[in-house]
Amino acid sequence: MRRTAIVLTAVLLAAGCSSNGNGNSSSGSSDTPGVTDTEITVGTHMPLTGPAAAGYSKIAPATKAYFDYVNSKGGINGRKITYKIMDDGYNPANTQQVVRQLVLQDKVFAILNGLGTPTHTGVLDFLKTNRVPDLFVASGSRSWNQPDKYPGTFGFNPDYTVEGKVLGTYVKETYPGKKICFLGQDDDFGRDSLAGIEKILGPVTAKQSYVTSNPNVGPQIGALKAAACDVVMLATIPGFTALSIGTAAKIGYKPQFVVSNVGSDPTTLTKTLGAAAPLLEGVVAANYLPLATDDANPWIQLYKKINTDFNSNAEFDNNVVYGMSVGYLFVQSLQAAGKDLTRDNLIAAVEKGGFTGPGLVPVRFSAKDHSGYGGEQLTKLTGGKATYFGTPYQTDDGDGAVAAYTGSAVAPPQDGIPTAQ
Amino acid sequence: MTTIEAPEKVTTNHPKTKRLSPLLYVVPAAILILALTYTLPPFRNYQLATVGAYLCVTAGLTILTGLNGQLSLGHGALMATGAYTLALMQNRFNVLALGILAAVLVTTVAGGVIGLAAARLRGPYLAGLTLAVAVVVPSIASTFDETFNSDQGLTVALEPPPDAVTVEQWQAWVCWAGALVTVLVLAYLARGRFGRDMKAVRDDETAAKLAGIGVARTQVLAFVVSAACAGLAGALFAVLAQSVSPGAFPLTLSLFLVMAVVIGGLGRLSGALIGAVLLVALPEIAHSIAEDAGSQRLEGNLALTFFGVVLVAVMLAAPGGLASLRWKRNKQKGRT
Repeated sequence: MRRTAIVLTAVLLAAGCSSNGNGNSSSGSSDTPGVTDTEITVGTHMPLTGPAAAGYSKIAPATKAYFDYVNSKGGINGRKITYKIMDDGYNPANTQQVVRQLVLQDKVFAILNGLGTPTHTGVLDFLKTNRVPDLFVASGSRSWNQPDKYPGTFGFNPDYTVEGKVLGTYVKETYPGKKICFLGQDDDFGRDSLAGIEKILGPVTAKQSYVTSNPNVGPQIGALKAAACDVVMLATIPGFTALSIGTAAKIGYKPQFVVSNVGSDPTTLTKTLGAAAPLLEGVVAANYLPLATDDANPWIQLYKKINTDFNSNAEFDNNVVYGMSVGYLFVQSLQAAGKDLTRDNLIAAVEKGGFTGPGLVPVRFSAKDHSGYGGEQLTKLTGGKATYFGTPYQTDDGDGAVAAYTGSAVAPPQDGIPTAQ
Repeated sequence: MTTIEAPEKVTTNHPKTKRLSPLLYVVPAAILILALTYTLPPFRNYQLATVGAYLCVTAGLTILTGLNGQLSLGHGALMATGAYTLALMQNRFNVLALGILAAVLVTTVAGGVIGLAAARLRGPYLAGLTLAVAVVVPSIASTFDETFNSDQGLTVALEPPPDAVTVEQWQAWVCWAGALVTVLVLAYLARGRFGRDMKAVRDDETAAKLAGIGVARTQVLAFVVSAACAGLAGALFAVLAQSVSPGAFPLTLSLFLVMAVVIGGLGRLSGALIGAVLLVALPEIAHSIAEDAGSQRLEGNLALTFFGVVLVAVMLAAPGGLASLRWKRNKQKGRT
């Protein structure tokens, strides 16, 4: 019986530690979880450690820094934003755990910018059941754009098919009659990207895939060389972009590389390639936010100031720009939702759309469309720095045409905080 | 909730009359769990469910390692086998009981194959073989990506529970039903002839052979039983996470499982329970410490340190594991 007693104690102990956890989330005057008269609590799941942490771990602190900046100016409608960042190590099992903790225990108002396709896919149903707004998911999968199935989920990145179509259009115009090939990650990222490319170019000459758990792309690059491809389009994460370019150089193969925005951050690539960084010269990629190296851009000036004051002067790269842009869009949504902040109000405000901000093209949000940015502009790497060329393109993930976007860039508001529109 | 039998009891002719039936532990435990699911807030229910799922695999592992002396570093891979089977079955038929049954069966077969090889290997070689099994999971998932969808993994289709219960309650019920059945079966196995065979083989293979025990047969059977438990645990994890991917079953999971049963107390089902609780509680404690310290990046790594420190401390203070602490003075210590 003593053993039973111990077992019971152990279980009760586990239960006991439990009850302390929930006392601290009083909901104040309003009935909406995570919202009081003075505070809004939102949460996110991010790979702060583990295989995907490189680069991506800087996003959430940058978003938090932007919120701290907003809080220092008095917050939104008198409410300060608290951003709870949870580390899931890019492991879907952990994501389940931490998102439940955020929603059920910490009672967050919304989940913002949860990162990763495999990680976030697993919590869609959970968030839907609990009616938690799931805003601006950090991935370009098309899964986030299912308004009928997941009415509270919205994307942020241009989806991979949109990007594939934009890159495909560039290749079609610039390299007519050349052999075009493809190397992509063996998941939604690679597959959706290829689908977009082939919508524009028709079937590519050769296509290869890789998995992140096997850091050797020798056979794939060899096959592309054997197929005599003139242009190689990469749907790769930064580590594998560097690996592919390096491997090609090693076997004396010099095609034109055209790289997805996901794997083209110059700072990360230069660091990864080290002494071989000159190989990056002339690589074409795309982006949809101001570039971290573009000091003349007013958005970059604003972000740099916030980075110095509120982000302990972290190394300023495109991940920081990304994180702060997410923060800006969220504050815009809060402003649009108004003083009487509820979950339904927030979702209605985002669906109403019409946000303009740092992006080169507008976000597409509407009641029927929950995908994020609708297009990209091409960049070229020269001297370790990316610069934009041409005009931004926008399109959709279906058969819509790829058209140049003619709207002009928007300057940030004077104090860096969007006002209610 | 049983321990290694003391030898003097084996010599008596009526061992069962002197011991409490495992049902006396399991039935009150079931009632307790049921009561807890109605009182705990949803997130704690989810953690309770996770403890139940872990208990399935730690119970099987502690029997294998503690009673039969075989070390397995590959139980994470066996869990993955169960999880993927469940995911594939669910996405085709969407009948949960059927999926769990299939997961256990498939993992049992996989365990049989590994067990056949394992019965010929000793010590570090056995550890090496099972380690290889743990490492190969991502490669299998990417080689047969048409079926397993590579690193991205599969989502698991699940019918929502009836409106009267919350998802977390329902998850806790499913997981603990699995865990308690596992514990009951293992408790009866361990106290019966099979349990004595396993211990005899562990202690001295030659002596066991002389006593007419099939050494290889016992070892393979022990591995198969333990694999079936791991398969069940994997299936339950797939239900909890509503997704399966190689990233959810890394090598560190297998190592954590071994550490948990060693800390809890090898060969004891109560030790397996302690281990399962630790597997859920330690990362949580690490998280709150990291949050207080203001460094989120600490969090992912702190749990590892925690396990290491606890392992060292427990091995120094109580070599039989935490479960051996109270009744060490009147019983033999569990083998470590």
